[in-house]
Amino acid sequence: MTTTAAPAPPGAWSVQRAGLASRIGSSALVLVAIALFAVPQVLSANVVQQLTSLLIFLILAVMWNALAGYAGLVSVGQQTFIGFGAYGTIYLTQRGIQPYFAVVLASLASAVLAAVLSLIVLRLRGGQFAVGTWVVAEAIALFVMLDQSLGGGTGVSLQGLSGYAPEVRRAFTYWLTLAFAVLLLVLLFLLLRHRTGAALQAIRDDEDAAASLGVRVRPLKLVLFVLAGFGCGAAGALTLANTLFIQPQSIFGVQWSAYMIFMVLVGGIGTFEGPIIGAVLFFAVQYFFADQGTWYLIALGLAAVAFALFLPRGLWSLLNDRLHVQLLPVGYHLRRRGARPQSSARET
Amino acid sequence: MSWINAIVQGLFLGGLYALFACGLSLLFGVMRIINLAHGDLAVLGAYGVWWVSTQADVSPFLALLAVLPVMLALGYALQRTVLARSLRGGELTPLLTTFGLAIVLQNALLQIFSPDVRSLGPSVGSLSTGSWRITDQLSVPYLGVLILGVAVAVLGTLQFLLQRTGFGREMRATAQDPDTAALVGVPAASVYARAAAIAVAVAALAGTFLAVHSTFDASSGPTQLIFAFEAVVIGGLGSLWGTLTGGVVLGIAQTLGAQIDPQYSILAGHLVFLVILAGPRGRLIAARRAHA
Repeated sequence: MTTTAAPAPPGAWSVQRAGLASRIGSSALVLVAIALFAVPQVLSANVVQQLTSLLIFLILAVMWNALAGYAGLVSVGQQTFIGFGAYGTIYLTQRGIQPYFAVVLASLASAVLAAVLSLIVLRLRGGQFAVGTWVVAEAIALFVMLDQSLGGGTGVSLQGLSGYAPEVRRAFTYWLTLAFAVLLLVLLFLLLRHRTGAALQAIRDDEDAAASLGVRVRPLKLVLFVLAGFGCGAAGALTLANTLFIQPQSIFGVQWSAYMIFMVLVGGIGTFEGPIIGAVLFFAVQYFFADQGTWYLIALGLAAVAFALFLPRGLWSLLNDRLHVQLLPVGYHLRRRGARPQSSARET
Repeated sequence: MSWINAIVQGLFLGGLYALFACGLSLLFGVMRIINLAHGDLAVLGAYGVWWVSTQADVSPFLALLAVLPVMLALGYALQRTVLARSLRGGELTPLLTTFGLAIVLQNALLQIFSPDVRSLGPSVGSLSTGSWRITDQLSVPYLGVLILGVAVAVLGTLQFLLQRTGFGREMRATAQDPDTAALVGVPAASVYARAAAIAVAVAALAGTFLAVHSTFDASSGPTQLIFAFEAVVIGGLGSLWGTLTGGVVLGIAQTLGAQIDPQYSILAGHLVFLVILAGPRGRLIAARRAHA
């Protein structure tokens, strides 16, 4: 970034990590998270179930953004982990493990699966990675359908939660989903706030250039792939806990990837805040228009194409370009000491 | 003997996969993009042929002659509008736009043509069912021979075009370095548009043969894209004859899997793909791309 023609005297610039906006923003996010924990005490069980699915979308969007927005890995196969997490939960509960504990274990198992699969799919780049992950998802779905004890192709329901009253069950599922969402957001925040954040953004912008500057590309991609495997596994397991029934065709379906791409593209790829906006927006769109069937999906696809072509940095960039706010202090900002802050200077 | 028959049937199935893989391989070779709507464009072509042949009451192959120019034009327009703009957005944008396009196409076809499963097989008469019987258990289907022949012809023509003609030279130059090619008077945009036109037309050809060979519906596209991609990777990137080999290996893997148990058919193909990717060849693919 070139700044001025006249070189500034040394010490005239300072690097800031957090401004007023990000202090307010991050405090607000923490408050929202705390407030969300109280929801089941206040609102009806139906609202709680809807909020659970919103949080699951949020987890998915954040994980897909971590892959595509920071590691440059466009995956069309994250449904591998969504399905694996859900079926892992079924498998574990069939062996007598308490369902909510099984959800946690199945998410961890998805992370292990991601680490194993990374040996194969991280050899691929760009479009090859995209289709390669998709093939893996199809292969694992076929394996699951072969297993009759997991319900084969017809689907299976989650046993072991019938002991809870419906309101209590929904509240527990909601709290667990919220806990996962907060945990994943915090993990990603720490990863971006740390030195790795700058390295990851360098990989996103130009992988070869980053490697030539000494960024260790492979390990960082591996970390994000495993994190995304964990998060998507959790999302799948929680979807099962929320709906109590799954079918292999839908839980391993490529429509999950379409949803994730839509949420992240519309919200703003490669930003921390974008997927959160995208998830809320997608939830609203789905709530009002999902019964339109094919027209709804055509509109989703068209919106994704339009955003990729005309507003590649998503809705968040509209706000960010004008106000220069960042809700969470994950970046670095150059500011001139003693001068007016950059943001107010650019507001005109 | 039934195992030999399975291998022979796999060989012919491989011809179909090679035909699907051809357009994908061409676009990847020239533009370095994977067109995620490839399978859906093929299915669109199949619907086009079905529509023309039922409206005009002609053979699907005659209808194909009418549909191919339309698909050529569609591919050209696709490049000029969506893909050219995507390419400017960086390496990942074409993936996102073609995936969005795939979803639009699938659901638009579903909306227009209903979810009914269709086939063009009945309208070509004995060609789709007849075969030469070599022995009791070994037969050579007419249609399989036709598809394999068409695949070899298409791949051979493309290979000839790329290696021996001025047009092919321009395409290879653009594939290696679009900026330098532009310096010596080869505009990348027009080369890309012609490549996309050929790729979409060949996809429509493959879709038509899929429709004659078995059945299709609005959601058939993604599966065909996956098979095409597997054929390309198994055969080795950037080589058209390799694509034919890859298609045949995939086809034989699927028919051998089906010979054990019909539900292993597609799984066997996926496993061969993953094994090849995990093996030393997979390392080679990664290494070659790092220098590309």
